[in-house]
Amino acid sequence: MAEVVNTGLGYKANQDIFSETLQRLAETDRQIVAVTSDSRGSGKLVPFGKKFPEQIVEVGIAEQNLVGVAAGLASCGKKVFAVSPACFLTARALEQIKNDVAYSDNPVNVIGISAGVSYGALGSTHHSLHDYAVLRTINNIIVVAPADNFETEQAVELASKTNLPIYLRFGKKPMPPLKGVNDDLFAFGKGRVITEGDDVAIIATGETVYPALQAAEKLKAENVHATVVSMHTIKPLDTDLLAKLAGQCKAIVTVEEHSVYGGLGEACASYLLQHNYHKPFKIIGIPDEYTVTGSQQDIFTHYGITKDGIANVALELLK
Amino acid sequence: MTEKELQIKSINYRKKILQYIVGAKAGHTGGSLSCTDILNVLYNHVLNVSPGNFTSPDRDRYIQSKGHCVEALFVVLADKGFFPEEDLNTLCQYKSHYIGHPTKKVKGVEQNTGALGHGLPIAVGTAIAAKMDHKGYRVFTLLGDGELPEGSNWEAALSAAHYKLDNLCAIVDKNSLQITAPTAEVMSTDPLDEKFKAFGWAVRVVDGHDIEALKAAFDSMPFEKGKPSVIIANTIKGRGISYMENNLKWHHGVPNKEEYAIAVTELDNALNAVQ
Repeated sequence: MAEVVNTGLGYKANQDIFSETLQRLAETDRQIVAVTSDSRGSGKLVPFGKKFPEQIVEVGIAEQNLVGVAAGLASCGKKVFAVSPACFLTARALEQIKNDVAYSDNPVNVIGISAGVSYGALGSTHHSLHDYAVLRTINNIIVVAPADNFETEQAVELASKTNLPIYLRFGKKPMPPLKGVNDDLFAFGKGRVITEGDDVAIIATGETVYPALQAAEKLKAENVHATVVSMHTIKPLDTDLLAKLAGQCKAIVTVEEHSVYGGLGEACASYLLQHNYHKPFKIIGIPDEYTVTGSQQDIFTHYGITKDGIANVALELLK
Repeated sequence: MTEKELQIKSINYRKKILQYIVGAKAGHTGGSLSCTDILNVLYNHVLNVSPGNFTSPDRDRYIQSKGHCVEALFVVLADKGFFPEEDLNTLCQYKSHYIGHPTKKVKGVEQNTGALGHGLPIAVGTAIAAKMDHKGYRVFTLLGDGELPEGSNWEAALSAAHYKLDNLCAIVDKNSLQITAPTAEVMSTDPLDEKFKAFGWAVRVVDGHDIEALKAAFDSMPFEKGKPSVIIANTIKGRGISYMENNLKWHHGVPNKEEYAIAVTELDNALNAVQ
């Protein structure tokens, strides 16, 4: 593992893989429909739109209508991917996600692109640091943030075959490939173990899995052995894996590109406390503030979502 | 069905709406009575929807955006045989599927609604799906005039015209009253016909209690090829019950025993007059 931050050179962004996978699936499945809100450029769906003009619906900059239209299409058997920046999609159209998708059980794949702090210095209007929290409280929607291209491809394929409301969250930064312990088994609700160790469990999601793995490498040099999990599915949470890790590790760290309130960390904490696992525990994420100005990497660095930041938290917990 | 038969149905629907609202001690009385004739004409004259074809991909779709007036919908669906009418005795009761808004747990309901401004976007998606699949079904959605300030309606209105959804028909139950005050005072939407025209829709304005006028409007859909149709149905909130008509109190007022008796008498008299 390189001991530098991810420069993205030579890799593809998860949202690129999303669009490539969707295009591949659409070759043989005429029921696949992309719905966009002037987001086909940022969603990398221009080639999809050119190739499958009959399978893309543009609604203009109108996220509420995006999700409502997607729900209507899904109710008629379309395999719908409703694509918009996560910040707008999961805030402005939250009521449509709650009512028209989840409550009405219309199996829309709600695709939040440029998620978390992907938009960096564009500021808080463009950050989605609330989406796990709000969607976790809504019944009947699966919440997934793939860590790398492999998970993205698997998640999009699985979503196209899963007749349930799903939220998929993608960033725009090219992501290096991770190697899981068992990559034959990708399923929503099943965490992907990247590396194993009994001292500390680092449970991360989305684009924070990579720095979590770097932290594990750093810890290894200090003879501290970490398990790193890509907990790509925030809901339903893989509580079997969580219980196993809580049983075997001395401390638990969670990492997410999300508010420390209401996301992966609090989901894990809630499970652990209510099942009598009392291990040293720390949530790494974005604190309850409007973030510092900077790129995604600047913001990660500022809040300790880095190799050093995560490793230091783990070492503190193990003291 | 003849006009007279439909008129009799409307009166009987109104009786049942009141019966089940009184039984539940809850309901949106005034709005259910204002849209009764519209639902009557839709389900007994227009829609290709029945318990037998409800899972068919070719059925017409009806999505009730003004979900709070569910009592009218449930009474009509029961009459059409989607479920036994006696189920409505459980309306709003503990553990009943028959809640105070449309829910797909009740056979015949297409979408869960209740939050306002949701029906039209879903209807647009449904109508686009029909065009994609080259299917001939049509999509209808009933909006209240009070919900029109929800911006999502106008997002959807733009897209319906953009995609030339002449298989889509919106009906505005324009009863001109909402929970706080007359709609014109709360947030004026007039001139509504001009607004929809400006958004690229073909518009008909009808008396929403004139069965023949409603039939004629629906029968001529699409009003213009390549355009979505909207019927602005001028209605009276609380229609059919003298003391409820145009009276804000009956937005979700529930009649007491004496008031209910008067209402039943008035509807029985109306029935006798028609027969």
